[in-house]
Amino acid sequence: MSIAITTQIICFSVLSLVILIGALGVVLLESIVYSAFLLGGVFMSVAGLYLLLNASFVAAAQVLVYVGAVNVLIIFAIMLVNKKEDLKPISDIKSRRIISTSICLTLLSLLIRVDLTNAWSLSNPQNSIGEESTIRIGEHLFSDYLLPFEVASVLLLMAMIGAIVLARRDVMSKDISTGLPVDQELIEKSSEPLLTNKN
Amino acid sequence: MMNLESIPIQAFLIVSSALFCIGIWGLLNSRNAVRVLMSIELMLNAVNINLMAFSSYVDNNLIQGQVFTIFVITVAAAEAAVGLAILLSLYRNRVTVDMESFNLLKW
Repeated sequence: MSIAITTQIICFSVLSLVILIGALGVVLLESIVYSAFLLGGVFMSVAGLYLLLNASFVAAAQVLVYVGAVNVLIIFAIMLVNKKEDLKPISDIKSRRIISTSICLTLLSLLIRVDLTNAWSLSNPQNSIGEESTIRIGEHLFSDYLLPFEVASVLLLMAMIGAIVLARRDVMSKDISTGLPVDQELIEKSSEPLLTNKN
Repeated sequence: MMNLESIPIQAFLIVSSALFCIGIWGLLNSRNAVRVLMSIELMLNAVNINLMAFSSYVDNNLIQGQVFTIFVITVAAAEAAVGLAILLSLYRNRVTVDMESFNLLKW
């Protein structure tokens, strides 16, 4: 890449700060809607990191698929199941928090230690394919990765049909188990749960 | 710092490690099922950053890591669609998205 190293470092620092703070916001914020929009910001910043790594095609795919499809899907799901509910307090929440946080911090320190101490066998930057990466990805997809490429298309078809089957409403006008008329509206309403709670 | 030729690969790896751990923390601690799906997406993105960094620094001529990233993005999109469909039918049956109430398989 022909950008000066100082510019690259500044871009990298800003993007990683946005990624880490945004990710913390996604898991910590109270409002799920704020989390969803912050998740979109995280996805955009990850696409920026890909651009820094000379991967314009993957950056474009990231923006299209993650921001354009996955994030919109998540926002739709929030809209469909949007219900204010008072969560039951958990008795041993404190010990759970402590255990999970320590597990995460241990894993993080382990990963960072591996990152810093391992001697990565970096390749010569002179051989870098640079801006030609889109052409090389196309060559890969239609030669040595042809079978995974075709399997991926079948996987997407299966996911589409599966999502429709799982999420569709009953086409019958009456509920089989209760005999009540089926609610045909888009937004989910509260009703009696079909499965009984265990405790 | 000033005689660097490019950003060290360790910087990318540390960012992706931190993102992965934040995703695991959110997966373990959130009570809203939609937030659990968001945490999974964060973890998948961390994996993608890792693959892209290695593809650019270790395998910068063949860039097989970028092809793998494309496949991971495909699988993530399918996973999000099926996951949210499962979430919708779960909400229809239990009228809640609280992870603590989904305990039918608990022994």
